[in-house]
Amino acid sequence: MALMQIAEPGVFTSDRRQPMRAVGIDLGTTNSLIAIVEDGAPKVLSDSNGGFLIPSVVHYEKDGDVLVGANAQLKVLTDPLNTLSSIKRLLGRGITDMARLGDKLPYEVELREGGMPTILTRFGPVSPVQVSSEILRCVASAGKSYFGSEIDGAVITVPAYFDDSQRQATKDAATLAGIKVLRLLNEPTAAAIAYGLNESEEGIIAVYDLGGGTFDISVLRLTKGVFEVLATGGNSALGGDDFDRVIADWLCEQAGIGPSIDPSTQRLVMNIARSAKEDLTRAECTSITTSGWRGVLSREHFNKMIDSLISETMQTCKLVMRDANIKSNQIKEVVLVGGSTRIPLVREKVNDLFGCKARSELDPDQVVALGAAIQANNLAGNRQSEEMLLLDVLPLSLGIETMGGLTEKIIPRNTTIPVSKSQEFTTFKDGQTAMTIHIVQGERELVSDCRSLARFDLRNIPPMVAGSAKVLVTYQVDADGLLNVSAMEKTSQVVSQIEVKPSYGLEENEILRMLDDSIRYSKNDILIRNLREQQVEADRLIEDLTSALDRDSDILTENELLSLQKSVADLRIFRAECTDHNELSARISTVAKTCESFAQRRMNKSIKLALAGQTLEELEKG
Amino acid sequence: MINSKSYFAIFSLEIDWNIDLLLLRSRYLNLQKQFHPDKFSMKSTLEKRLAMQTASVINDAYDTLASPLKRAQYLLDLRGYGTQQEKYTSSDGLFLMEQIELREELEMIEDQNQNQNPYQDLSKRLGSLSTKIRHRYESLLNDFSESYAKGLLDNALSVLAKMQFFAKLLDQVEDLESRLIICD
Repeated sequence: MALMQIAEPGVFTSDRRQPMRAVGIDLGTTNSLIAIVEDGAPKVLSDSNGGFLIPSVVHYEKDGDVLVGANAQLKVLTDPLNTLSSIKRLLGRGITDMARLGDKLPYEVELREGGMPTILTRFGPVSPVQVSSEILRCVASAGKSYFGSEIDGAVITVPAYFDDSQRQATKDAATLAGIKVLRLLNEPTAAAIAYGLNESEEGIIAVYDLGGGTFDISVLRLTKGVFEVLATGGNSALGGDDFDRVIADWLCEQAGIGPSIDPSTQRLVMNIARSAKEDLTRAECTSITTSGWRGVLSREHFNKMIDSLISETMQTCKLVMRDANIKSNQIKEVVLVGGSTRIPLVREKVNDLFGCKARSELDPDQVVALGAAIQANNLAGNRQSEEMLLLDVLPLSLGIETMGGLTEKIIPRNTTIPVSKSQEFTTFKDGQTAMTIHIVQGERELVSDCRSLARFDLRNIPPMVAGSAKVLVTYQVDADGLLNVSAMEKTSQVVSQIEVKPSYGLEENEILRMLDDSIRYSKNDILIRNLREQQVEADRLIEDLTSALDRDSDILTENELLSLQKSVADLRIFRAECTDHNELSARISTVAKTCESFAQRRMNKSIKLALAGQTLEELEKG
Repeated sequence: MINSKSYFAIFSLEIDWNIDLLLLRSRYLNLQKQFHPDKFSMKSTLEKRLAMQTASVINDAYDTLASPLKRAQYLLDLRGYGTQQEKYTSSDGLFLMEQIELREELEMIEDQNQNQNPYQDLSKRLGSLSTKIRHRYESLLNDFSESYAKGLLDNALSVLAKMQFFAKLLDQVEDLESRLIICD
């Protein structure tokens, strides 16, 4: 008789009866939120200060402490250079983007060639990824106090229009904060989930999401629990911050405040501008007082100043409707998301363009986090929802550099993900033994106008006559919208593969080193956590394989069955005894490799069964 | 990866030009409800990866069959006309004339756009050009259907080449339309 295994107290196992502590996190430009599902309904959690909106502000203290949220915000005026806000605008950005924003940023930025841009604080240089990880850690702690223990996983939302680098940077920030990412979810899609699940909605909807620093528009088709994004577009550098800036610039001009003002005054002016903007959502005019100057700003004047910015979003809406092949009269309703949709001019223009019901009954600041919590709960398997399906798209085309600095598109924008596409390329010179693969993202024809994601070399191509090598380049985009690229020379089978990491992003070992260095974790904590992660992975593999061998042994020969059963049994013993996460991980890979072909055959078998099942269902219905 | 013989088999459909698009869609959604990576998030890394690859193939298969142009290309691929598609050049004189005329019409609108002609006017002309092209494209789809059904694959190949030209021209029209939207 086999010995039954009993888990150690406190050790997380993949026992399905114990619900996963899954959360949804909206990592916003201005505020961040965390939500959970309780008794089947999503709910935003409050932080230690009792607020739902946790300001996305990080302050580096003199004694080495880090303040996040409302406490950090209190330091904005007194210590502006060590208090970082709106960091999301810099997340995943390259040197050129940062340089463009440079003089507008109220803190010191260090741009190192070939490195990641950093901000100089008394803490030393910090990267946008590090700052974001501080915010995520703070937000996650609200989840920890709710559950009474660490969260198991999170769905983190990103603007739909975020490119690969920005998505990767978000994921890196989560890893650095010790958060397991269940999925990166597009913000407008999250909002659609929050609205769509309450009723069994059908039809085409638009989600207009104007936040603190980003704008997204998505057109979706809802059918019986299926959320299908038809097209998406936006601007990941347009939002409420820009409206504040417009008022601030006007204010400085009126009050005679010069362009070279100290960071403190700069922040003060921005604060005044923001509260004036907020006043104008309710009132027709607002009075402003600053350093000896008094004046009045009317809503009419404010509207005039932001008109071109709002019109830009409306043009994007028209383009996205065209991409989705949808006329505005086919759209049943438009969902308003993000704090900036409180601006009356925005509502007016949205109504004019779509001419249908605009919905905002769910708090536009909270709706994204609520949708993320619902999806987190689904992914964690806490809720049986076979009917729910989310089909999202790639926001920006992925391409490759070809001769003459031109972009060849490999996967066009608005393609449903996950997706994989391959294309063949050949050598340009006789005897060429290497090829540089330059991966870019964007819609423009010239490589120099697109975002450069990564470059890698395929080497050891056997020397051949120009044009006779066959290099197959494969782009694989996963459900998070993240890209993986591999290249293979077909005649020689020389393979090269990379996970696309922006050239200024973090390397995997860099993240690990930073985690190691982090004062928040002792070395031991990290080792334990790594081991637990591998144990969970081993448990999952054992469980998957055991149930697969139970159900599908008919597609195996006697010998294959025996050898797989032995692998599982061995892994079970090894998992119970092994204390080194590297060894366990290596063993898991070996076992996974042994059963790869079985797993593939099973996948094919289940597709056949699925097809037979649905044909039967259709016959019965018919 | 799925080892089905063809994209049609993934959806249990007969290999044919005429397919039931509603049936295709409902089968596509049913498959994704079972194989989308979201349904595997608590599984082992191996199963997650296989699900991602499977869902990718299902997406690609659906995308190929749902689009008339891609379906036509794919049908000829299956019949061994894959490489001939690239090399094919039309010797149809009338078609060549038509190509030149339509291109010129588009270029004229483009030039006038650069000369800041009123948006309404250009948008209307572009709209009627677009309708004309769509109309032609629709009738080519019928031609393809007929040739394919009769097994006249060389004919089908020449119709496909025309379809490709009109599809590309439509892309250019849409491109100009979006530039007009931006200028509006």
